[in-house]
Amino acid sequence: MNRNLLLLGLCLSTVHGVLAAEPSVARQAELKHLLLHDCGSCHGMTLNGGLGPALTPDVLENKPAEYLFQVISNGLPNTPMPPWEGILDEAEMRWIAGELKDGLD
Amino acid sequence: MGVIIERATGSVQIVEHSTSSKLHHVEGLGDLSHASIVFSRDERYAYVFGRDGGLTKLDILNGAVAKRIVQGGNSIGGAISQDGDLVAVSNYEPGGVRIFDASSLELIADLPAIGTNNIRSKVIGLVDAPGDRFVFSLYEADEIWIVDLTDREHPETIKFTEVGRQPYDALITPDGRYYIAGLFGENGMALLDLWHPERGVRRILDQYGRGKEKMPVYKMPHLEGWAVAGDTAFVPAIGHHEVVVVDLRSWGQVSRIPVHGQPVFVMARPDGRHVWVNFAFPDNDVIQVLDTESKKIIRTLKPGKAVLHMEFTPRGEKVWVSVRDEDQVQIYDTHNFEKVTTLPAEKPSGIFFTNRAHKIGL
Ligand code: HEC
Repeated sequence: MNRNLLLLGLCLSTVHGVLAAEPSVARQAELKHLLLHDCGSCHGMTLNGGLGPALTPDVLENKPAEYLFQVISNGLPNTPMPPWEGILDEAEMRWIAGELKDGLD
Repeated sequence: MGVIIERATGSVQIVEHSTSSKLHHVEGLGDLSHASIVFSRDERYAYVFGRDGGLTKLDILNGAVAKRIVQGGNSIGGAISQDGDLVAVSNYEPGGVRIFDASSLELIADLPAIGTNNIRSKVIGLVDAPGDRFVFSLYEADEIWIVDLTDREHPETIKFTEVGRQPYDALITPDGRYYIAGLFGENGMALLDLWHPERGVRRILDQYGRGKEKMPVYKMPHLEGWAVAGDTAFVPAIGHHEVVVVDLRSWGQVSRIPVHGQPVFVMARPDGRHVWVNFAFPDNDVIQVLDTESKKIIRTLKPGKAVLHMEFTPRGEKVWVSVRDEDQVQIYDTHNFEKVTTLPAEKPSGIFFTNRAHKIGL
C-alpha cells in the first residue's frame, strides 16, 4: 500500500515536473515559521496535536511523503484541514511534507 | 493589571495598564501555544492553561508561580466557577474535563468525554455558568454537557446529544443565560438556554456557516469575544470574509458586513460603540474597526505581521494588540486610533486583563 502510494507519487512528480527547485534558504525559514505557527494553530505549535492530529515523524511513520503532500495541497474534505494549494506552490508543499517526515530540528 | 502570554518561550509578562508598563517576567510555564487564562475573584491569581496540559497558578502580586501541575496531555482552555473555588480544564488528550480545587489544585472531578457514540472526544468551548456549573461541547461526539458541582462529591451531568456536527468553539452570553456553540460540520449554531435546559438544544442562525461551497478555514474563529452592543451581537463568520450581525431577541441574522479577511476575534469596545476585528492567515496583519450603529468599517489599521489578540482596558479607552511576528504589543487610543505605545514582548499571543475576574464566561 505504502509502496503503491510512493510509486504513484513518483509518477505524479514527473507529471507535475517537480524537478522544480527546492525553496530558497530564506523561503525555507519562512515556511518553517508558517509550519510552526499557522499549521501549529490547529496542530499545536510543537506539532504534537491540537484540533488536528500530531504531525511528528513517529506518528507519520507509515504515511508516505506523497500522501502528506496531497493532504496539504487538497485538504481533507469534511474536516477542518484546509487546502493550501494557491497559497503555497508545489515545491513548497513537498518541502513541508519532507520536513514533517524528517522532523523539525 | 494583566498577563501577556509569550507563546514560543513558555513565559508570561505581568503588566499594568495605568502607565502601560511591564512589572514582572515569569518563565517556566511550558507550551503556551494557544494558552488562555482565568482569574481568581480577587484578581490576585491567574490560572494559565497551557497546550501541554500544564495548569499554572500565577501569583500576580509577587510575580511568581504559586503552583503548577501537568494535568493532561493536550489541553485547550479552562474556566473558573462562580464562587471561585473550582477551576475546570478542557482537554483534547485525553478528551474530557478535569476539575480542580482552585486553592490547592487538587483533583476534584474527572469527566472523560465519551459520547453516546462511544467516541472519546476532544472538549471545546468550556465555560462557567451561574450556580457552580460548567458547560462544554464534544467535538467528535456532537454533544453539549452541563456539569453541576453543587454537591462536590457527586457532580451531576446533563447531556444533550446530536446538537449538530463538529462543534468547534462556544460562548456564553455575558448574562450567563445562553450557551451557543459554533458548528464546523454544518450550518447554524447550537443554542442552549441555561434557564430552561429542559427545553433542549435548538438550532439558530441557519445561514451561519461555511455555506454550500464549504469555504476552507485557515484558523478557527474564536467565539469567546462575542461582541454584544445593545440588542445585537457581532460574530465572526466561519470561512467567509464577513462579520455576522445577529438579533439577540429573535436569534436571526440581521446582516453581514464584508471585511478584509476571515475574522478570528470580533471584540466590542466596552461601551459597545465599536467592534475591533482581527483576521486569519494570510490577512493577519490587519485590524478593522466597525461602527455598530452604521455597521460600516470606519478604520483599517496595519499593526504588522500576525495580529493575534486584542484586549480592551476595563473602560475601553485603550486597546492592547499582540503582534506576534513583530515581537510587539501595541497600545492604541480607541477614540482617535493613534498608536500610543509599543511594548517589546517575545512572540506575544493572548493578553488578559484582570477585570475578567468579574465576568461570567471569561
Ligand atoms: C484550521 C485547522 C488546520 C490548519 C490551519 C491545518 N490543519 Fe492539518 N489537519 C487539520 C485537521 C482537523 C486534520 C485531521 C482531519 C481528520 O482526518 O479528521 C488535519 C490533518 C492533516 C494531515 C493528515 C495527518 C494524517 O495523519 O493523516 C496533515 C499531513 C496536515 N494536516 C498537515 C497540515 C499542514 C502542513 C498545515 C499547514 C500548512 C496544516 N495541516 C494546517 C486541521 C488543520
